[in-house]
Amino acid sequence: MRAALKRFARNRMAVLGACVIGLVALLTALAPLLYPAGAFTLAGPPLQPPGLRYLLGTDALGRDVAAGVVAGARTSLLIGLSAALSAVLFGSLIGALAGYYRGAVDIVLMRLTEFFQTIPAFLLAMLLVVILSPSVFSVIIAISAVSWPGIARLVRGEFVALGGREFVLASIGLGASGPRIIFRHLLPNCVSAIIAVGSLLVASAILLESGLAFLGLGDPNVMSWGLLISAGRVTLRSAWWVCTFPGIAILLTVLSINLIGDGLNEALNPRLRER
Amino acid sequence: MRRWRYFGYRLAFALPVVFGILVLNFFLIQLAPGDAASVLAGESGAASPEYTAMLREKFGLDRPLLEQFLAYIGNAVQFNLGYSFRNDSPVFELILARLGPTLLLMLTAFGAALTLGTALGVLAAVARNSWRDALISVVTLICYATPVFWLGLMLIVVFSVNLNWLPTSGFENIAEGYEGWERWVDIGRHLIMPGTALGLFYLALYTRVMRASMLEQTGMDYVTTARAKGQTERKIVFGHMLRNAFLPVLTMAGVQAGNLIGGSVVVETVFGWPGLGTLAFNALQSRDLNLLLGIFFISASLVVIINLVVELLTITLDPRIQA
Repeated sequence: MRAALKRFARNRMAVLGACVIGLVALLTALAPLLYPAGAFTLAGPPLQPPGLRYLLGTDALGRDVAAGVVAGARTSLLIGLSAALSAVLFGSLIGALAGYYRGAVDIVLMRLTEFFQTIPAFLLAMLLVVILSPSVFSVIIAISAVSWPGIARLVRGEFVALGGREFVLASIGLGASGPRIIFRHLLPNCVSAIIAVGSLLVASAILLESGLAFLGLGDPNVMSWGLLISAGRVTLRSAWWVCTFPGIAILLTVLSINLIGDGLNEALNPRLRER
Repeated sequence: MRRWRYFGYRLAFALPVVFGILVLNFFLIQLAPGDAASVLAGESGAASPEYTAMLREKFGLDRPLLEQFLAYIGNAVQFNLGYSFRNDSPVFELILARLGPTLLLMLTAFGAALTLGTALGVLAAVARNSWRDALISVVTLICYATPVFWLGLMLIVVFSVNLNWLPTSGFENIAEGYEGWERWVDIGRHLIMPGTALGLFYLALYTRVMRASMLEQTGMDYVTTARAKGQTERKIVFGHMLRNAFLPVLTMAGVQAGNLIGGSVVVETVFGWPGLGTLAFNALQSRDLNLLLGIFFISASLVVIINLVVELLTITLDPRIQA
């Protein structure tokens, strides 16, 4: 683990990404101090350009864009992390079952996985949010429902590769039960691969969330970057800043998470040389 | 010939996928709060229980689920995807009218991203660890993290609002009454920004995959052989490696086809492009579930078709593939 940490620390881009995410997390934590009034309250005159008083300007209703960006960070991180986590859990379970039991179970589960990989993910997420009615919870459900197939295929592949190894055969010989072999012996051996791919899922989940919120499918009571951008669209011609800054926030966050993911991949799976 | 058997196998797999989408759609209808009858009754204003019950009977919503399911499949097979009461028109007709612009946008973005991505990937791999490689990596990383709708809005700010070079939205300038070539040029001008917004993410993706794939080929025996024969670098790269390295990119592109449609929904919304995406957005605003499910079904079927085309291309490019 320490060796992996060292390898990660040597990757300058990954460390930079980690710093940016750390900063975003810090802003989220400090939000109640920085903007105690919240993101929905009127802060001043409408459509003020960025300046000393309103760092990132104000929108058409006179809300502070900077307050919105800070509040949106919390939403994006929350939804991105929870959706990626539940997708990882569900995907790992499906992949583990398919890879351990093989045979008919494998065929059925992998066909299901391929099916979910084929259908247009964003449209399915849209449908799910519409049907479950927009809320933070339904957005998380929708995003994880379309994000799990990649993890399932990864875990299945690892399980199949590990299946014939001596330590697995030894456990079977000792009479270990299926769940015990899956959770105690096989899954821990896949953790580094799962972490590397799962961290990239956080990035794609944040992109999905912002797209849904932009189309008006976010939680209407929670400030998010996508919502800010869709609100700023109306005044795009006269006030570019309302749309621009939340977008830059998304870009930087997603970019940083991708960098961290690449760094983790290199640090945790050193045998897979970066091509 | 065995290659065609392989294709037949893929084709046989495509049909269950289409059937699966129908099953999923039916499941989603059941999941939705309230049924079509209560929605209709609510819309007409007179929602007496008797009226709702009558509607339910009329649409067969009081029948057992299995019977409803069979009726749903039976209708869908005949391209009857239900009726959009908001638009007062059958869902399938609405979709058919919007399919053309979406296909134009998607295929343009896809084609451009694939061609340019392959070229950039080769360039980066050939000049590995040079400033060109570094520049390409940085640009792809940024494109990879940019939300398409935001990119679209930024393009509008720069190229329409400030520079006034390109039209902000729509498919063509009908008021000008262009005909023939002029009309296509006009459509092309409208296509540039949405195509760029949609394609840039995939450009980044294909560049990354192509670069990795090219670098994987460099160590192969056939490359060493070609080099030992004294072939020029240019010939080795373009004559030997390109074709082999392109296959993983093509496979990746096939897998990503579904996401391309999702991206097109968002891009069309930004640019007012009169395709399936704008239709989906309007259906979203009016919570027209029937229409949304129809769009989902047709888009998913489209992805299946695109996958088959990609499969066909792969078979043509790689004679080793057999059933």
